[in-house]
Amino acid sequence: MLRFILWRISVMVPTLILISMLVFTIIQLPPGDYFESYVNELQAMGENANGAQIQELRHRYGFDQPQPIRYLHWVGGMLHGDFGYSFAYRMPVSDVIGDRIWLTVLVSFVTVIFTWLVAFPVGIYSATHQYSWGDYGLTFFGLVGLAVPNFILGLVMMYFANLWFGLSIGHLMDQQYLGQPMSWDKAKSILAHLWIPTIIIGTSGTAAMIRRVRANLLDELRQQYVITARAKGLHPFRALVKYPLRMSLNFFISDIGSILPAIISGAEITAVVLSLETTGPMLISALKSQDMYLAGSFLMCLAFLTVIGMLVSDIALALLDPRIRLQGRSTR
Amino acid sequence: MKDALPPPGAPLPHYVSDAPFDPTSIERLPEGRESLYRASQLRLTWWRFRRHRLALASAIFLAFVYLVAIFVEVVAPYNLHSRNPDFIYAPPQRIHLFDEGHFVGPFVYGRKMTLDMDNLQRLYTDIPGEVQKIRFFCHGDDYNFWGLIPADIHLICPARDGQMFLLGTDRMGRDELSRILYGARISLSIGLLGVTVSFILGIVIGGLAGYHGGTVDLLVQRLIEVLQSIPSIPLWLSLSAIMPVTWSPLIVYLGITVILGLLDWTGLARAVRSKLFSLREEDYVLAAQLNGARPRRIILRHLVPGFLSHLIASATISIPSMILGETALSFLGLGLRPPIVSWGVLLTEARDVTVLAFYPWILLPTVPVFLVVLAFNFLGDGLRDAADPYR
Repeated sequence: MLRFILWRISVMVPTLILISMLVFTIIQLPPGDYFESYVNELQAMGENANGAQIQELRHRYGFDQPQPIRYLHWVGGMLHGDFGYSFAYRMPVSDVIGDRIWLTVLVSFVTVIFTWLVAFPVGIYSATHQYSWGDYGLTFFGLVGLAVPNFILGLVMMYFANLWFGLSIGHLMDQQYLGQPMSWDKAKSILAHLWIPTIIIGTSGTAAMIRRVRANLLDELRQQYVITARAKGLHPFRALVKYPLRMSLNFFISDIGSILPAIISGAEITAVVLSLETTGPMLISALKSQDMYLAGSFLMCLAFLTVIGMLVSDIALALLDPRIRLQGRSTR
Repeated sequence: MKDALPPPGAPLPHYVSDAPFDPTSIERLPEGRESLYRASQLRLTWWRFRRHRLALASAIFLAFVYLVAIFVEVVAPYNLHSRNPDFIYAPPQRIHLFDEGHFVGPFVYGRKMTLDMDNLQRLYTDIPGEVQKIRFFCHGDDYNFWGLIPADIHLICPARDGQMFLLGTDRMGRDELSRILYGARISLSIGLLGVTVSFILGIVIGGLAGYHGGTVDLLVQRLIEVLQSIPSIPLWLSLSAIMPVTWSPLIVYLGITVILGLLDWTGLARAVRSKLFSLREEDYVLAAQLNGARPRRIILRHLVPGFLSHLIASATISIPSMILGETALSFLGLGLRPPIVSWGVLLTEARDVTVLAFYPWILLPTVPVFLVVLAFNFLGDGLRDAADPYR
């Protein structure tokens, strides 16, 4: 098992290196750099740019060096926690993004749990009651979640929460806790605000998940061994829980890999609409102002988050299913 | 014995009968099943697809929507940018058939605007008795059909000197219905163009990986894994942030389609690759090889038809994600910009909750997004089931 985990982590490394190259390319693509536009802006306003400071920053972040060196510089910095300098905020990136990354992790994690909690029973019901009204109704609800853009759902829920409960559901915590260090009250406030974004972000992933649980379980239910179990007089519920359900559990865990990127994507958009204190709004403003180190760090963190999520799901799957462990060993 | 064999290199004498040949003469096909056994793959696919009612209905619906998108200038009652300063944020109008018990055909009532100074709101009330009959195939706003042919024929238009805002108007008094119809052209074409880009990339890259195997395959596999592990929306966002603000809206539009397609090919490439791998081992490929067919012919003639239907099905399923992606990008202000109007651009007007509270019809572009995305999903499901008619 340990060997499998080590092997799986070593596979992760080239993936991360490729991702970092891709992200670096993207943040380098826009013509010019932040300093140029900044100096232009200052001159347009009739002010003198602080040339020495800018030269210092330029030098520190290697803007006067060729691309590969800058890339190595960037990656090397990230390895010991220096994500670069956010030019718009005049702060090191790690100070700007610190809290937000953790809140993004929290929101994504809770959403994955929510997706599971909903998709699992609903998928089982849909599969065991195939073509019933319940199946059609639940499938339809799933499709609504799939086909309505997240941000519209967010807007509508925000409006109705305000209308019916007099609740302001924007943000992830009460205003007084913004910028405060983590405390018990702040945590409670976050938890109280968390459910709405969770539902909004969760809908699209849940729909896809329900459909796949249903299809997967239906395949298992058609197998001979289920018929045998039923023919021997096993209670339908036991015949369901004991064998086919366990088979489809496998896929349930392996599927995190594919829903996690979708959930993080959805979280970014929803965060903008609900003005959550996660990475979403800041990523977009960073992209708009070409504050590229900040944007690059966000992209890198999100990708890293996904890769870690996949790693966890693979390890969980290996724990659950020895076949995967052994396969991993043999292909090594 | 010696003269039975021709000299080396000379053709062997052989005899070909010219009597008519019926390949089914020995084993007669069951009566009535002959058409089934002789049907081509395309026909079988169609039969299978026809059984999926929902998919069939979706296909018809989508064909209708695309038809509307093509002839949008004629179908829309107003032009994209015609403003009605007297009717700002006017709510949707109802079509009536009877005026005080008399049948007059489809018409709308004229409207009067009053300002509610307490709430600072415009109130629109119907003027009873002011019947404005809707005209059909009539002359209305001037337009250039596809930017080429000047014309002014519309399918429906309001009465002369009247108004007809069936889905209300926006903050500049522009007809929401017309704008949604014009938006369909952009939103729907983005899906198709994006899928074309990703289709080509997927087939070429996946084909290379599947055909060559080895190092190329390994590299492509890694690349796919990387692209799939980065959340798509942030990546789309950062790519579209690269496009300079100075670009013209049309180039931005093309750029967005390329971006959407550029990140979507991974699933297709994976499908092509795995299909190529598994089909390569089939007996009919071996037979073709033994018959002396070249790799090019084997791939194009024998392998591609085997999985093309699967590819079309999976491409169909990826169209909705592109439409939704464009909507999200435009909504966040990093996608299309006015004057180009897509459903996402229209929805940016609804960014404010107050708009939702007072003018909920601004949210109506969600409905076509919803319907089209659903229809593409069902169509894709049906195509996927039908793609393998022999099962």
